[in-house]
Amino acid sequence: MLLIKDLRVSIDGEEILKGINLEVKAGELHAIMGPNGSGKSTLAAVLAGRELYEITSGKVLFKGEDLLEKSPEERAKDGLFLGFQYPIEIPGVSMVNFMKTAINSIRKNRGEEPLSASEFLKKMREKKDLVEISSSLTNRSVNEGFSGGEKKKNEIFQMAMLEPELAILDETDSGLDIDALRIVARGVNNLKSPLNATIVITHYQRLLEYIVPDFVHVLYNGRFVKSGGKELALLLEEKGYEWINAEEVN
Amino acid sequence: MQNEQDHILNEVTSGEYKFGFYTDIEQDSIGRGLDEDVIRTISAKKNEPEFMLEFRLKAYRHWLTMKMPEWAHLDIPVIDYQDQIYYSAPVQKAKLNSLDEVDPELIETFNKLGIPLEEQKLLSGVAVDAVMDSISVKTTFKETLAELGIIFCSFSEAVREHPDLVRQYMGSVVPYTDNFFAALNSAVFSDGSFCYIPKGVRCPMELSTYFRINAANTGQFERTLIVAEDKSYVSYLEGCTAPMRDENQLHAAIVEIVALGSAEVKYATVQNWYPGNKEGKGGIYNFVTKRGICKGDNSKISWTQIETGSAITWKYPSVILRGHNTTGEFYSVAVTNNRQQADTGTKMIHIGKNSKSIIISKGISAGLSNNSYRGLVKVLRGAENARNFSQCDSLLLGDKCGAHTFPYIESANHSAVIEHEATTSKIGEDQIFYCNQRGISTEDAIGLIVNGYAKEVLNKLPMEFAVEAQKLLQISLEGSVG
Ligand SMILES: Nc1ncnc2c1ncn2[C@@H]1O[C@H](COP(=O)(O)OP(=O)(O)OP(=O)(O)O)[C@@H](O)[C@H]1O
Ligand SMILES: [Mg+2]
Repeated sequence: MLLIKDLRVSIDGEEILKGINLEVKAGELHAIMGPNGSGKSTLAAVLAGRELYEITSGKVLFKGEDLLEKSPEERAKDGLFLGFQYPIEIPGVSMVNFMKTAINSIRKNRGEEPLSASEFLKKMREKKDLVEISSSLTNRSVNEGFSGGEKKKNEIFQMAMLEPELAILDETDSGLDIDALRIVARGVNNLKSPLNATIVITHYQRLLEYIVPDFVHVLYNGRFVKSGGKELALLLEEKGYEWINAEEVN
Repeated sequence: MQNEQDHILNEVTSGEYKFGFYTDIEQDSIGRGLDEDVIRTISAKKNEPEFMLEFRLKAYRHWLTMKMPEWAHLDIPVIDYQDQIYYSAPVQKAKLNSLDEVDPELIETFNKLGIPLEEQKLLSGVAVDAVMDSISVKTTFKETLAELGIIFCSFSEAVREHPDLVRQYMGSVVPYTDNFFAALNSAVFSDGSFCYIPKGVRCPMELSTYFRINAANTGQFERTLIVAEDKSYVSYLEGCTAPMRDENQLHAAIVEIVALGSAEVKYATVQNWYPGNKEGKGGIYNFVTKRGICKGDNSKISWTQIETGSAITWKYPSVILRGHNTTGEFYSVAVTNNRQQADTGTKMIHIGKNSKSIIISKGISAGLSNNSYRGLVKVLRGAENARNFSQCDSLLLGDKCGAHTFPYIESANHSAVIEHEATTSKIGEDQIFYCNQRGISTEDAIGLIVNGYAKEVLNKLPMEFAVEAQKLLQISLEGSVG
């Protein structure tokens, strides 16, 4: 589904991603871990099409097509979703209006009819129940005045609404209480199917107790330095990144 | 980051003006220039009574002693008033069966503008007075309204048919001595609407005037007068467009509203004159004096304006709160893009006891434009317990545009409570990216954000126009982000 080959990315002349290789197949769940500033969010943003970054080399295929050629909204249409590490506030724009515009834009780009008001509201109710987000949040402006945890839950709600094929969740578990964490996990597990894939970026192995990854990758200083199964997360938690560092130096 | 922002801004700010066509119809025009003879000619062409000509001449003589105001935050090129045409009317070619019939070509013009003049095709519940250049082409539903005693007709017709009413109220809210453009308008005004709502009558439909400039080199100087007798109600809407031309054209209008005891008048404007091109060539110079007086106790006047057009806008719809317990409201969204300039706001003059006013102004600037809010809240000595609340927000797209706020407060009564709030915000590239990531195009994202920002004001428009206004906001910012 997603194939990244030797991806190098700079910002203001400074190289941040230094040759990333990754393959994510349909049905898989990948976890990316790594210390602060190692480039996890950069990778996620580049995949979603943020233009801020300069891609100096490499190739990314999404469902067999060149991803880097496409605009962010085309990528969304193709089924890519990014759960933001820092969700953005849009004052004055109601969640309902935002979600309706998003869903119908995507449908339009896919050549589908827009959802009717009642179909949309039904979907909204269904997904609201799934992620246990209260109407008092969905009736407000997008993320405006939401608490940190509420914003994260709202990302999962949007993911549930948009039903992406590939979801990249950038630290969606950070700042969540234990109940919210379970809900996020439920959102992810609910989406899981042989046709979809998920990449979760996280600092905590705690999330991985609820969402069982097929692979764990360690991003260190712009490179994947280690990959393994879910046990790698445990090892990291125990030994810290110093351990990787030492290994790499050896 | 900066580059991307610039790139985005360049793209959304290159939208096209949708009403820029020109109707090739024979015009009855007089030569360029302005003197007393020109004024006599205009008055004669309109078959006006003597008092009207005298009013015009007095105004003209006064205008000669005045200078263009210079205090606005506007860069106004020198205007040669002798180079303008002050009267131009489309000549109706086809043989018409009745006086009320309209040349098909004009009907077609207004159809293209989305203003059908055949009553059966109109939005139900809206009566229209259609004005092209210097004359009113057609007023719909006149008879239906007349059954209730409501007078809704062109200003020229009112001067002829209802001279006493015109004489009593014309210039009573905006005297010709008021300002340079008011004096000019009073001297040469062409057409506009007149509306009279008798005592106790609630006007059953929206009244609206649609102004169209068509002829080249011609100024439009319309004049509208609305009188609402005791306990009456009317909601009024004004729209305007003009062809795209490289030359600037002058538009100097006056609107006067008189609300008597417990009367309520709502006046909404969707101003979409041609704004000029991206480089700032062409466009309408829009110098407008709009003022209402809440003359009787418990009366209410509210101005709502959606200002998206014109190269230059100079306009301050105001309310004189003369009666006790009166209410004045001003809701405004002013959009400037490319090289447009706007200096707009309101004046609320509190004279009566317990008079209240509310001002909600939402400026949106993009491109290289300049957008200023200028507002005066004045409380006179006798205005016990006057209240004002003002909220002035500015939204910026990009960093090459300007937004300014000039609030003036003068209070001579200690019991008055005046509150002023102001905010400035920017549409961030991160907000747009967030929308893009959810599948929303940049233009739709801007539309969404801008309409969210202007919601409070858009909600004040009659339903059927609110949707139009929303689209218009988005269109005027098209090309400002991408
Ligand atoms: N817009 C930017 N301008 C300058 N430097 C940037 C920018 N975005 C990211 N960087 C730098 O790139 C590096 C990687 O940042 P990134 O946000 O990808 O890290 P991260 O792995 O997500 O970290 P965290 O775990 O703290 O979220 C950091 O050193 C950061 O300072
Ligand atoms: Mg990060």
